[in-house]
Amino acid sequence: MRFLGFLTRRIVGIAAVMVGVSIITFAISHVIPADPVAAALGDHATDQQIEAFRSEYHLDRPLPEQYFTYVVGLVHGDLGRSIRTRRPVADDLFDSFPATMELSLAALIVAIVVGIPAGVWSAISRGRLPDHLVRLVSLIGGSVPVFWLGLIVIGLFYYQLGWFPGGGRIDNFVTPPPTRTGLYVVDSLLAGDLEDLRSSVLHLVLPALTLGYFSTAVIARMTRSSMLEVLGQDYMRTARAKGLQERLVVLRHGLRNALIPTVTILGLTFGSLLSGAVLTETIFSWPGLGRYATAAAIALDFPAVLGVTLLAAIVYPVANLLVDIAYFWLDPRTQHG
Amino acid sequence: MASTIALPVRGLRLAARAPILANPLNLVALALIAVFAFCALFAPLIAPYDPLLQDLGSRLMPPSPAHWLGTDSLGRDIASRILYGARISLIIGVVVVASAGVFGTVVGLVAGYAGGLVDEALMRLTEVFLAFPALILAMAIAGALGPSLTNAIIAIAAVTWAVYARLTRGQILSLRRREFVEAARAIGASWVRILWHHLLPNVLAPLMIQASFDLGSAIIAAAGLSFIGFGAQPPTPEWGVMISEGRNYINTQPWLSLFPGLAILLAVGSFNLLGDGLRDAFDPRLSRAQR
Repeated sequence: MRFLGFLTRRIVGIAAVMVGVSIITFAISHVIPADPVAAALGDHATDQQIEAFRSEYHLDRPLPEQYFTYVVGLVHGDLGRSIRTRRPVADDLFDSFPATMELSLAALIVAIVVGIPAGVWSAISRGRLPDHLVRLVSLIGGSVPVFWLGLIVIGLFYYQLGWFPGGGRIDNFVTPPPTRTGLYVVDSLLAGDLEDLRSSVLHLVLPALTLGYFSTAVIARMTRSSMLEVLGQDYMRTARAKGLQERLVVLRHGLRNALIPTVTILGLTFGSLLSGAVLTETIFSWPGLGRYATAAAIALDFPAVLGVTLLAAIVYPVANLLVDIAYFWLDPRTQHG
Repeated sequence: MASTIALPVRGLRLAARAPILANPLNLVALALIAVFAFCALFAPLIAPYDPLLQDLGSRLMPPSPAHWLGTDSLGRDIASRILYGARISLIIGVVVVASAGVFGTVVGLVAGYAGGLVDEALMRLTEVFLAFPALILAMAIAGALGPSLTNAIIAIAAVTWAVYARLTRGQILSLRRREFVEAARAIGASWVRILWHHLLPNVLAPLMIQASFDLGSAIIAAAGLSFIGFGAQPPTPEWGVMISEGRNYINTQPWLSLFPGLAILLAVGSFNLLGDGLRDAFDPRLSRAQR
């Protein structure tokens, strides 16, 4: 029951945030540009085209009415038509979302698989070489521009060493796996196509490592500091006093408790992954939302940029909600508090 | 982008427990920031060449005694461009953090002190801004206003202020029922005086730590926007623009992109390092755990 109440409150909260989000995207599209018509049609539009555009997008109506029309459209999944691709923005987003999802999930897996053990290792060897090493690598991860890192990684591992492909999701000479989830790695596994699997995994490695480095650093730092706090607790001493092996004490008693703040950070990390994906996808020619947004923005394709903005603003609170649900189950105190 | 601060820290008035300069890492951070600021301030005096001067006869030269960090595709001296770029990056960082910090702090002070409906409304607004991934919203804003460095700064400030609002409000909520605030109210201090003289000084420490991280984040965000064409425009010697210009030469002349990127890494790294140091110094509980 408590869980249902919590879920309802959170969903109402997200709905309120979404109203705010729609007001802001509306303001960006309808209020800020000195001339939204010029922004959409360019400088060479004829009077007739301008008139048709104004009436099609209800720009000749009062602002509150424009907002109402805009929201009704959004609720029906109408994000407008892309000026660049001439397709409905919703369709474009639907097509590029799986690529971004695959990249972000891979980056998140990198961050979890590398970040958590690194944080634990750093904490249990506090003040010694491994600790300094992890802290230095984390500091760099939190300070390196992802687009630059991507370039350097391509220069080294694609051009110089030739170990990995330099861009795209799959080799041109390979037919992509039949779409089930839209994630090439998963789809090629489901289809049992090893050639596709090899190609899509190889293409995923460099962008996922590049995008995941920042999150890895955040998670390693978070795990380290919460682990250090947990290591000083009385129950850890009790566990040791009982004669438990150090490995068990650290993993079973320490890590389990230290992971709670780390899980919270995962939701926040997902938001930064989306921002990072914009630049990473641009560098690695990864055909996802980020590259779509950049191409749209360069072409002054306003409906498309706003579509991505809106989608990103929805994904972030939803990811946080999922994390809160995980948190609810992980930490029994939240169920009774 | 630096993470927000998860734990409450003590106010400036409760002086730092660990002297900031006692930690050698803080000294390293401050020294790097000093070098960065020196380059920014005195770029015209120390740069060996005009950052915009094209010399097509010596284009794409590798690092040499004549050009320490080589030249770019138009024969411009990369070292000089990086020095001038420090100036632009420092301005971006300071303007973003100052404007977003002041605005967010005022919103947080008012929300935390007023409480009730005002607090509710301001915090919902803050949540809305926190929901947008920073770079994507900044792209949309920069797209609406037109690509330029000024608009990139406005866009980054617009996505930065909310963190300060939330941070300040949280601190105010824990302080406003404390005795010194009650006492000030009892002797008839106005709410402006209570906010300005009694509450603000006690919330400055976490704000300063956040500001240190955000100086770095703003520099990275602006470089990112410039890299994809939404910030500074060529031929401005901005670090993101320089990395973008070197992009097609990454295989043959990697120094075009390598050095401006290292400059960003050093500048942002030193602000992040300082942020860590400040956090250790101001929060004894955290500092015990961190060391």
